[in-house]
Amino acid sequence: MSGDGSPLELTEDTALAGELARAWYVPRGIVGWFSVVDHRTIGKRYIVTAFGFFIIAGILAGLMRIQLAVPNNHFLGPDLYNQVFTTHGTMMMFLFAVPIMEALGVYLVPLMIGARNIAFPRLNTFSYFVYLFGGVMLTATMLLNTAPDVGWFAYVPLAGPDFSPGKRADFWAQLITFTEVSGLAVAVELVATIFKTRAPGMSLNRMPLFVWSMLVTAFMVIFAMPSVVTSSTFLLLDRLVGTHFYNPAEGGDALLWQHLFWFFGHPEVYIIFVPALGIVSSIVTTFTRRPVFGYTAMVLSLVATGFIGFGLWVHHMFATGLPQLGLTYFTAASMIIAIPSGVQIFCWIASLWRGRPRMETPLLFVMGFIAIFVLGGLSGVTLASLPFDLQVHDTYYVVAHFHYVLIGGALFPLLGGIFYWFPKMTGRMLSDRLGRTTFWVLFAGFNTTFFPMHIVGIEGMPRRVYTYPAELGWGTLNLVSSTGAILLVLGGILLLYNIVRSSIAGVAAPSNPWGADTLEWSVSSPPPVYNFLYVPVVEGRNALWDRADDPPIVTGIRSDCREVLVTTVMDATPSNKCSYPEPSIWPFLCAVVTSACFIGSIFTPWALPVAILPLTITLIGWFWPKDERSDSSTARARERSEAA
Amino acid sequence: MSLSRGALIAVSAATVAACGGNQNMFNPHGPAARSIATLGWWLFAVCGAVYVLVLLTALWAVARRWQVSDDAPAKLQTLARSVTGATVITAIILIGFTVASVVAGRGLTSPSGPGAVTVDVIGHQWWWEFQYRDVTPSDFVTSPNELHVPVGVPVRLQASSRDVIHSFWVPNLHGKRDLIPGLSTETWIEADTAGIYRGQCAEFCGVQHARMAFVIVAEPMSAFLEWIAHQRMPAAEPAAGDARRGFDVFQRSTCITCHTIRGTRAGSRIGPELTHVGSRLMIGAGTLPNTRASLVEWVANPHSVKPGVRMPPTPLAAADRDAVVTYLRSLR
Repeated sequence: MSGDGSPLELTEDTALAGELARAWYVPRGIVGWFSVVDHRTIGKRYIVTAFGFFIIAGILAGLMRIQLAVPNNHFLGPDLYNQVFTTHGTMMMFLFAVPIMEALGVYLVPLMIGARNIAFPRLNTFSYFVYLFGGVMLTATMLLNTAPDVGWFAYVPLAGPDFSPGKRADFWAQLITFTEVSGLAVAVELVATIFKTRAPGMSLNRMPLFVWSMLVTAFMVIFAMPSVVTSSTFLLLDRLVGTHFYNPAEGGDALLWQHLFWFFGHPEVYIIFVPALGIVSSIVTTFTRRPVFGYTAMVLSLVATGFIGFGLWVHHMFATGLPQLGLTYFTAASMIIAIPSGVQIFCWIASLWRGRPRMETPLLFVMGFIAIFVLGGLSGVTLASLPFDLQVHDTYYVVAHFHYVLIGGALFPLLGGIFYWFPKMTGRMLSDRLGRTTFWVLFAGFNTTFFPMHIVGIEGMPRRVYTYPAELGWGTLNLVSSTGAILLVLGGILLLYNIVRSSIAGVAAPSNPWGADTLEWSVSSPPPVYNFLYVPVVEGRNALWDRADDPPIVTGIRSDCREVLVTTVMDATPSNKCSYPEPSIWPFLCAVVTSACFIGSIFTPWALPVAILPLTITLIGWFWPKDERSDSSTARARERSEAA
Repeated sequence: MSLSRGALIAVSAATVAACGGNQNMFNPHGPAARSIATLGWWLFAVCGAVYVLVLLTALWAVARRWQVSDDAPAKLQTLARSVTGATVITAIILIGFTVASVVAGRGLTSPSGPGAVTVDVIGHQWWWEFQYRDVTPSDFVTSPNELHVPVGVPVRLQASSRDVIHSFWVPNLHGKRDLIPGLSTETWIEADTAGIYRGQCAEFCGVQHARMAFVIVAEPMSAFLEWIAHQRMPAAEPAAGDARRGFDVFQRSTCITCHTIRGTRAGSRIGPELTHVGSRLMIGAGTLPNTRASLVEWVANPHSVKPGVRMPPTPLAAADRDAVVTYLRSLR
């Protein structure tokens, strides 16, 4: 990379690579597996785990489609059906959609900005295990017939102590706590990573759009999550220790829940959708071989989406009888958010127009995204209209709308992103031919499943019903939907087969198979443990395309320990150096204690005081200061890894 | 009177559900639903046109690969102008939608004329209670799961809930209004054609949310007044026969712990009032047509048709059960 590759330089490079590999070692063995603090490993675990929950939640969706295929079906009873749809929604939103987007950020952001690891790496490990344990808990409740059955937004008083006895609603509320903790941790890491560890020269106005989208997402998580923390904690207190936050009989308020929940819940949709916009921009840039059209407009749109996304929550409450004048504001705000989305769609189309797009699998998924998401966005505009919403609110029209927005707006770009970044993550290419087939099967399956739902919604079918009378004439379209689900399952199997086959016998991927512009493509596939041999210097918006033949690099950073460069927020000029922590088992132990405390507090308030002592011990271990000479700790680590 | 009513029941039991578009919002039978439907068609037309345009442009953009791509400033400027133009058009459309929504919405909040009738709508897990007030409390009329309204007159509905949040919704007449415990919400409906409409709870409210439906009977004012007058009357006590036996069984079994039959000892308000149950079109909150067979099934074990319903199975000897059903059917 640096220069003409004379033998002397090559030897130097090899020596440096060896030293860096020792400094940034990934621990082995069982204890090592739980101690990893490396963002690529944790990122990959997050992605695999999130797809695991996606498969489980997808199976639940399949069960619902079987139940609804014909009227008056007896496949699932009402009690089981209510558990299934609640778990499907909760799992898809909290254990798949948000984590998978954050996972991509964990894996890609450091690579895209020229950093060696994510900021707060131990927090990253902690967040993964908390997320994993929370997800396992929810899955276990499904198997034990104690899964939540109050819907993924768990309206009170239905979810309160009087109308949901037992522990089902507690498991739901506590799952929220798990995902809040892990989600907030990752958001904080991403903001710190993006603001303080960008490679020199990558000023904010040169940041890749994907990194911008992750930044906006992370800020949205930070501002939205506290609201749901509050609401779910109030719910747990009502249920566990008899407070009356939501009990109207004692001066509580049932609508308070809806405000608190949707103040989080609506931004949540954008937390899922905004990263997908970043993926689309990456793919469009690469496959048109042009800088994306209207960079500034795109960034402003992302930021505007982040802000306006917090001003729409009441459109979920149009039927609650709030004062008309206030509702009018929320109609207008919900309309306005279509503008930044529109701007981005127009800019991508302009990019496609300007370049000569190569129609490979990732871009095919982006085209699918445009076809599906625009329809979902337009149906969203109709929902923003208060009078129209009064009719279709809580019907299958809404179900169709949000699946168009979430599957079209987030899952299709995500799958495009998987095809795009899989070579970088694994070092092997996915089959393009199989990828195209997968795309068409999924595209056909998706529209067959979800388009008819618009119509049954207009015909008056409410959502969340376990069955419906034959006389209302909803049977045929429901059967069509259920048939489409078969195609979706088939598409999922094709994708899985492609991933498994390519992981074993795929074509080896070069460092930059697509001729892309961002920094992650400058390193080998998969990247080395230290990410970059030399910390790069960025000279333009499209880092690799704007790079000189002999690009400048950063020197003066130690390679024998985990030292990283800290740069300024705006211009990314070097300002400081910082030492990143070594692998440690303590974050995992801390996650175990935290999870035990969360689950315990479903059953007794004593779980909290009892957990304080072990929690303190794990935190002391976690934050135990390094040796003054960090060399020596690295040296010890080196011995350990050599012994292993 | 009873002849026409009987005929109405017979016909409507079939039509309640049989009419294809019965819960279709684009099949409006009242001013509110009509104005929403008109707005809906406009939204669909404009959004449909926008969708087709955007999709065609996107497809054309990827299809025109034979074009030599160049980054000439003039070309970029044209693109920038197109993007700006599309954004401005989007904004104009959205402003139009907002104005149209506000205009349509204003007509929905308050009725066009003075309301002649006020009905309290009370939500229960999983049935509806409609209460017609009167200056004399003893003339209050309670009609579970069946709302009668006069045609061409706005009916004011005051909604509340006894337990969890429900949502009142008759797509042919108006949009939804939530029933929220601790709050009193209000809406109104008006039917401009006589007929039988179906409504359904639209907010997830627990195990049997799916089977929390009701029937709206819109009839001319005279018929409506006749119905109200009839509903005010207490139940007649059967003198002899199977109905008498049913009355006795009812009065000494667990039925009276939940149900009211005015004019008898049964006065509990936990379950739906049964004073005129025989005159209703459906039973079990819109679950079954009100026939002898379905009443037998319901009384024996309501969980066989509505699992999880709050009414427990009533273990009665077959003859007693049939007598109770005969008695209930006599409560017209």
